Amino acid sequence: MKTANNTMTTGSAEKPRLTTSAMIASIAAEGQRTKPAPFGNALVELARERHDIVGMTADLGKYTDLHVFAKEFPDRYYQMGMAEQLLFGAASGIAAEGFTPFVTTYAVFAARRAYDFIHQTIAEEDRNVKIACALPGLTSGYGPSHQAAEDLALFRAMPNMTVIDPCDALEIEQAVPAMASHQGPVYMRLLRGQVPLVLDEYGYKFELGKAKLLRDGADVLFVSSGLLTMRALEAARQLEADKIRAAVLHVPTIKPLDTEAIVEACRKPGRLVVVAENHTVIGGLGEAVASALMRARVHPAFQHIGLPDEFLAAGALPTLHDRYGISTEAICTAVKSWR
Amino acid sequence: MTRAELRTNEPTIADRAYRIRRNALRMGEVQGQGYIAQALDIADVLAVAYFHAMRYRPEDPAWEERDRFLLSNGHYAIALYAALIEAGIVPEAELETYGSDESRLPMSGMASYTPGMEMSGGSLGLGLSIAVGMCLGLKRKGSDSRVFTLFSDGELDEGSKWEAMMSAAHYGLDNLVAIVDVNNQQADGPSKQMMGFEPLADKIRAFGWFVQRIDGNDLDAVVAAFDAAKNHEGARPRMIIADTLMGKGVPFLERRERNHFMRVDQHEWQLALQALEHGRRA
Repeated sequence: MKTANNTMTTGSAEKPRLTTSAMIASIAAEGQRTKPAPFGNALVELARERHDIVGMTADLGKYTDLHVFAKEFPDRYYQMGMAEQLLFGAASGIAAEGFTPFVTTYAVFAARRAYDFIHQTIAEEDRNVKIACALPGLTSGYGPSHQAAEDLALFRAMPNMTVIDPCDALEIEQAVPAMASHQGPVYMRLLRGQVPLVLDEYGYKFELGKAKLLRDGADVLFVSSGLLTMRALEAARQLEADKIRAAVLHVPTIKPLDTEAIVEACRKPGRLVVVAENHTVIGGLGEAVASALMRARVHPAFQHIGLPDEFLAAGALPTLHDRYGISTEAICTAVKSWR
Repeated sequence: MTRAELRTNEPTIADRAYRIRRNALRMGEVQGQGYIAQALDIADVLAVAYFHAMRYRPEDPAWEERDRFLLSNGHYAIALYAALIEAGIVPEAELETYGSDESRLPMSGMASYTPGMEMSGGSLGLGLSIAVGMCLGLKRKGSDSRVFTLFSDGELDEGSKWEAMMSAAHYGLDNLVAIVDVNNQQADGPSKQMMGFEPLADKIRAFGWFVQRIDGNDLDAVVAAFDAAKNHEGARPRMIIADTLMGKGVPFLERRERNHFMRVDQHEWQLALQALEHGRRA
């Protein structure tokens, strides 16, 4: 497995570790607890009981953890070649015949290249297709071709589509059966490979459409999803040293949004609300939360941590997460500046 | 074998084609516009599909054992509605609602609106990919139902069509019958001038398909092609390339130029119906 850092040595003198803009980079911090391939393993478990489940991909089985499913159920696995339009059209067709396809590719290819196919053949026809896409937001250092900064905005805007942005391995494991139980199309942001394990410490249980308060605090309320919930939890811990007490409301289902829980949490007086997402500041969780609050006439102090409206750089993920303000340190600095 | 052929006093396929054309003209008259030239050119293919080749139950459009029909070129909806009405899947009375608010017969075909409409077209190039998935699904279920899909020559410009053609051959989808309507007319002009696709039969054959090219307005040839597609023993998908004539059956429309979205004056609809009737008797 390629990782974010390569060690290179020449002669006897050891050079410093180089950073890299590899396509596949681990989002796990050094020493962090992880689980391998939670999506693939959860899908295998589910598929033992659910014979309607099939797997489909477009030349990215190995890089979306669907290879785990393919190995277990080779006759239920459809390799569609490097053809994303075909992939999603065919997924609609096989779903029309009563099967439940879990379809994988990279988020950029689903959201950009195959958008019309998903819109017309899956969402408009309300087909029971489950889309799981790797490299969501800024989880690749490879450059804009592989950085799906806008996937949530695009899929939020698609009628009938349920949109999930899970935080860690535990949540992905729980989201897989929930997606399968839900009738209709679902888009899930996929974290693959060695995926951090975080939420088990919080006694967390994923429920489709539900936001969950992971920790409480009187000064700041993080409203976050996906990778940024992990970062918000770390930031909340670090901010304790500065006597800043931060709550974290995790919103894994971007659509339908748990407006009630969000408004309720934001209504609590005296807290700075900080929406944090691994996504462009346009059209994602931040704007969804802001508009929900406006409509509910709840007006807390409000800040938004997300990716800038620009083509992001190639580089090592830690470098980029610092630069674009979604690393734990950058979040802590921002929150302190806003207080 | 269709039920129609079992009883001698039932309409012939030629009668069906005539009525499909007539239904389409009547719908065109309701709105004063429509893709009527395409409906007239493809009526013979639809007559053979619905009254010779396909297995279905008019009273149960979602019957599990039916053959599926995917209209990829959603703007041909007027033609498919005409066939669905003739097949008894859509009541004839609904013809008067064509394209109106709340109608089940919108101008562009969508699965969510119309019984017997299996996909939402409109955006061109989708149907063959859906068909591939349906064929894979039918094989998984051990079903012997087949998938028929109609698309237009303009859709050959879409890369997804060729993705789907590669995959259909790769998976040996012998339960797939695709029909491409080569009427040589797309939005901006003659299809072959927009983006050359000949030699079409050779290309698709090279993709691994069983290919026939026919005069799509010669009913005997169309019947023979659907039969050969069914009886072919290769584990290959089947393609019928149907060369057709825009406006077929109404001579003054056959001669009209620039007819992708044909302008038909209000008084001409009745003239067209009369010309169609006249041609049938001749």
